[in-house]
Amino acid sequence: MKIAIASGKGGTGKTTISAALAFSVSCPVRLLDCDVEEPNSHFFIQPKIQRKEKVYSLVPTVDAEKCTGCGECGRVCQFSAIISLGSKTMVFPELCHSCGGCARICPTGAITEVRKEIGTIVIGAHGEIEFVSGRMDVGQAMSPPIIRAVKQHERTDGLTILDCPPGTSCPFITAVKGCDAALLVTEPTPFGLHDLKLAVDTVRELNIPFGVVVNRSIAKENRIAHYCREEGISLLLQIPEDRRVAEAYSRGKTLTAVLPEMRAKLVALVKDITEIAREA
Amino acid sequence: MKIVFTATGDSLSAPLDPRFGRAPGFLIYDDENGTLKSVNNEQNLNAAQGAGIQAALLICKQGVDCLITGHCGPKAFQTLTAANIKVYHCKAETIEEAYAQFKAGELTAAETANAEAHWM
Repeated sequence: MKIAIASGKGGTGKTTISAALAFSVSCPVRLLDCDVEEPNSHFFIQPKIQRKEKVYSLVPTVDAEKCTGCGECGRVCQFSAIISLGSKTMVFPELCHSCGGCARICPTGAITEVRKEIGTIVIGAHGEIEFVSGRMDVGQAMSPPIIRAVKQHERTDGLTILDCPPGTSCPFITAVKGCDAALLVTEPTPFGLHDLKLAVDTVRELNIPFGVVVNRSIAKENRIAHYCREEGISLLLQIPEDRRVAEAYSRGKTLTAVLPEMRAKLVALVKDITEIAREA
Repeated sequence: MKIVFTATGDSLSAPLDPRFGRAPGFLIYDDENGTLKSVNNEQNLNAAQGAGIQAALLICKQGVDCLITGHCGPKAFQTLTAANIKVYHCKAETIEEAYAQFKAGELTAAETANAEAHWM
């Protein structure tokens, strides 16, 4: 079972819930921190690091001897990462999405793809909890290849929890795609609702079964509950607003450390979302 | 000499657009025969990324000698330099004014870009 812990809005509690889930379940579990631009799950899991792996992406280089300046590479590139000025062909590696189209279309074989280091994968464990985190190098702009590298470490059995990046663009989609289900974490604010709607539209488009978790809930009857009811979305859990949770978070402690009664609810949450995934 | 200006209009009295990659259009003035040609840049105005590079490519195809604009980013500058197009940064309000400054020798060819990259 692979569960994406995702949200449209940032700062709603994805990492809080991911880490708390990892500490609550009794089955074999691996937490993948897919928020490679700002990974922070390790603050809560505090894993012992076993090894690190470099992540590379492929970018084109042009052999000026073989290049005829036909410009086919520039026409196929959707991102202006390679252009031909007649005699001269220029590459802007930071714009390249590593699709390989330019190398494939080049009629004279002047383009070869070379590796560019873009990040690191960290692999470790805290007791029974297995942990993998991706870290994008400073100055890089393309996180999906690193997210895909992290996802190579999904478990084939037991539970894989993917702490996803916020938003609904490429990093979010790369992380959520292929998961059995998604838990969309939000907060009962207008902004939380607005971005939840975007996330719902996206996971529906990706055909991923999902449920909603409300964090920092002051009253059970709130705008998220109302929206979920209207849309026929399963609202699986509401976590109460509690200053102690924020204080614990700021010290790298999990939700269950201050609200031990949440443990049973988190176990039930996994059961519920598994059920939703099975029914879909 | 063929000079390209970033323009928000199609006459010499049009304002000089301070942006290069995302200028609405380009006005090409050939001061040897006094002809004016307008080139639309709307496609790049709405591009997600690489607007400067594509705009540079667009004006390279017009066979111009130099560019007069407000700001030019690093990738556009690199592309224009590779195509042997000189870049002049100019604060003039209108294209007429910019051309007058250029003819009076008040503008000097830029050696570097004068705007940050937007992508990273």
